Amino acid sequence: MLRESVTRLREGLRNKEYSARELVEASLARIDEQNGKLNALITVTPESALVAADAADRALAAGDAPDLCGIPLVHKDNFCTDGVLTTCGSRMLANFVPAYDATVTRNAASHGAITVGKANMDEFAMGSSSEHGHFGVVRNPWDHERVPGGSSGGSAAAVAAAMVPLATASDTGGSIRQPAAFCGITGMKPSYGRISRYGLVAYASSLDQAGVMGVSAEDCAYLLKAISGFDPLDSTSVQRPVEDYPAELEGALKGLKIGLPKPYWEGLESAVADAVQAQADELVKLGAELVEVEMPNASLAVSTYYLIAQAECSSNLSRYDGVRFGHRCEDPKDLQDLYRRSRGEGFCEETQRRILVGTFALSSGYIDAYYGKAMRARRLISDDFTAAFEHCDLMLSPTAPSAAFKIGEKETDPIAMYLADVNTVAVNLAGLPALSTPGPQVDGLPVGGQLIGPYFSESRLLMVAHQLQQATDWHLQVPEAAA
Amino acid sequence: MSIDQWEAVIGLEIHVQLKTESKIFSGSSTAYGADPNRQASALDLGMPGTLPVLNGEAVRMAVAFGLAIGAQIAPSCVFARKNYFYPDLPKGYQISQYEDPIVAGGSLDIVTDSGARSIRVTRAHLEEDAGKSIHDLFRGHSAIDLNRAGTPLLEVVSEPDMHTPAEAVAYMKAMHTLVRSLDICDGNLQEGSFRCDANVSVRPKGSSKLGTRAEIKNMNSFRFVERAIDHEIHRQVHRLESGQEVVQETRLYDSDKNETRSMRSKEEAEDYRYFPDPDLLPVTVDEVLIDEIRVQMPELPQARRARYENELKLGAEEALQLTDDPELVAYFEATLEAGGKLPPKRVANWILGELQGALNRADLAMEASPVSPTQLADLLGRVEDGTLSGKLGKQVFEALFAGEGEVDAIIEARGLRQISDSSAIEAVIDEVIASSPDQVAQYRGGEAKVFNYFVGQVMKATRGQANPGQVQKTLKEKLDG
Repeated sequence: MLRESVTRLREGLRNKEYSARELVEASLARIDEQNGKLNALITVTPESALVAADAADRALAAGDAPDLCGIPLVHKDNFCTDGVLTTCGSRMLANFVPAYDATVTRNAASHGAITVGKANMDEFAMGSSSEHGHFGVVRNPWDHERVPGGSSGGSAAAVAAAMVPLATASDTGGSIRQPAAFCGITGMKPSYGRISRYGLVAYASSLDQAGVMGVSAEDCAYLLKAISGFDPLDSTSVQRPVEDYPAELEGALKGLKIGLPKPYWEGLESAVADAVQAQADELVKLGAELVEVEMPNASLAVSTYYLIAQAECSSNLSRYDGVRFGHRCEDPKDLQDLYRRSRGEGFCEETQRRILVGTFALSSGYIDAYYGKAMRARRLISDDFTAAFEHCDLMLSPTAPSAAFKIGEKETDPIAMYLADVNTVAVNLAGLPALSTPGPQVDGLPVGGQLIGPYFSESRLLMVAHQLQQATDWHLQVPEAAA
Repeated sequence: MSIDQWEAVIGLEIHVQLKTESKIFSGSSTAYGADPNRQASALDLGMPGTLPVLNGEAVRMAVAFGLAIGAQIAPSCVFARKNYFYPDLPKGYQISQYEDPIVAGGSLDIVTDSGARSIRVTRAHLEEDAGKSIHDLFRGHSAIDLNRAGTPLLEVVSEPDMHTPAEAVAYMKAMHTLVRSLDICDGNLQEGSFRCDANVSVRPKGSSKLGTRAEIKNMNSFRFVERAIDHEIHRQVHRLESGQEVVQETRLYDSDKNETRSMRSKEEAEDYRYFPDPDLLPVTVDEVLIDEIRVQMPELPQARRARYENELKLGAEEALQLTDDPELVAYFEATLEAGGKLPPKRVANWILGELQGALNRADLAMEASPVSPTQLADLLGRVEDGTLSGKLGKQVFEALFAGEGEVDAIIEARGLRQISDSSAIEAVIDEVIASSPDQVAQYRGGEAKVFNYFVGQVMKATRGQANPGQVQKTLKEKLDG
């Protein structure tokens, strides 16, 4: 039943085909079986999940079950969970148990979803491979020698391996879409401000956005509806009503103009381009029209993104100083020693690299040349999208330039890893919604196509992905290793 | 060169702690004196995932301040992060304003012995306070109290327009009066609600080039500001006259030794890596909000002083004394209101004289006065209608202050009603004259000062209750007649 759609699970629970307890037990058993191999979850919470399952069964029996009642899910481990370890994949927070919930985890719970665990990730969401976490490498369910993508690799692997039908994740520069593509699932990053960031441990505040993962666009629609909305605790969340995404999935693609952003189709593996072209062809069959769009400043995106993200991260991660919580070195000899060793020991090399680069980019004498210039480039990139959306309703591109790469393959070359984010980072710089939906596989590995829309076009994006998924079965392929 | 040939150039940075109920970015209380870390929320502790939400009240207070000094209110302003590591700075950055302060320009008028001047304000910006490090509580350890972390501050930076310690103190006092009149700060210097740093440099008189400045911190009283700046001017002049340079540095004032000492030099200054805080949206202040705040603004000290002098006919000194202290103003206005048609000058004299004297002797603050404005108004009403003489009034005042009840009850209980009945007064006078033949002879022999003896005897016989004017008049008639 863990392979069933959320719509089916809702029916199954309401028709008493199975109980929430049975569903949660199945999920926990699946985690037991798979997590040793995949390392997708850092924490599993069977006790609280079963208590919640019994409560869900009572609500189902009483007939007042909320939307996601009884549906198991995992949260990426950078969402704070009251009383449950929240590590951000870091030694720095290896012992951190928050006394508060993120708005996302609170909203998911109030809609009846049941947390069965916390998903592994690159440390502080910095990475594109889920190899950079303190809790070890996450493996791709399609090929255990390959990465699941990152930074939300644990969430993606958990859904792909059918541990859970749904997962939350976060996306700062592609951290939902790229692992969704690598693992053959659907992942959506909504518009900046659509979902509260309260309790989402910050990497780069102006780019971080919570989002959802599921097998299908339809499944994602349910979770997105549950966790979205204005939050007075997050000043950057947007005061705008949440649409009924699951109810908006039916629609006609006739006359819809889909832009193919030229630079996003260059410099990638041709098999990947072909796979996404197959998705484009399918959309044309459904009535859409393809137009090529220019993105003149696309080449600025990766460097702009890394400058801004690292500048913000250098400040956001200053609070991890060993003074109040988190890792603290043994026997500090003075304050400087406490800072140096706590941070040196608590952060991995990649995190330290980003903090140092970000600190440099903000330093007196350099800030205008680096951070200042990046902020100006960000505006140009954003303007590119505004101009492009005058010619199309949404855009389609490959999510990543390749399918999942081998574990360790890019370990020694951080720049190569950064460059692989070329098609996802601009969306975050502009704050736009985007999702990744599976296309035909390449050599037995999933490939994702990225749909990008204007601000708050989540409904349209989900509708188009859903129609594509209704016409094809690319998203329903199951990894053999996890069958 | 002597000290007279040098000119000091002084600018002040005043940290005004705003009187909001809750902190500037969290819901924690700002009340002073709670047990350590009891007023620190997850946000104040810098816990992961927490986000700041701006307290609109702090913005309104900053706008009111800006309007009061005639400044520009920025239609849109930005909060920035000031990054540095310190244990009492939980996030590793302070949320402040850098390039875009909420208030720019404006000025404040001061009066010193050398006359009235206008001191320009460069800017005023909103920021959060840090926590407190306590180094002497536990042996070998520092303790951190984050109750103060996140308390809203308005940092007001002046232009280097002041040239003497007296001017600096006058400016600081005028600012103190203003922020209390606006009710945006409690003005408590001891508790750190109103703090001042001074930038001081010296140059030869007549020169227009600024000297190298030192910043003096840690001055928590008006007296210390005056002394510290005075000391710093002499120190700098001494260095320059003996061929040494003034180093750009931050100096701490030690009030016990009355000296400043170096804290850190410019070379050791931190690079704060300011950048806009991505967790907060730009703050917009539109005309509607400005008008709303303008309408609610209390009368400002200067306007009030002018009104007291021109309309209430108070003396300049009385008007100044009253308007310097918002609590005195409140008491004065309340007494006038309770008293109906009392002459304002009499009310002012009683408040500044009797009441303040009694409060000082009892070491009480105005707000703890045992005599309420209504009671004082009742008392002055009785003086005004002739029931009490001024002298009797003071006796009643003392009884009021001692908590002996209401004015009329005290008059009744003590039998203090003034005797204005002329036949009663005449009878006493006749008796006194009859029993003092020697003094009558002296008086009539030309010793005019013996007159006071008769007044004294009459007042004594009436236990001070005889109307003094009537006594004088009748005595004169009888003795001279």
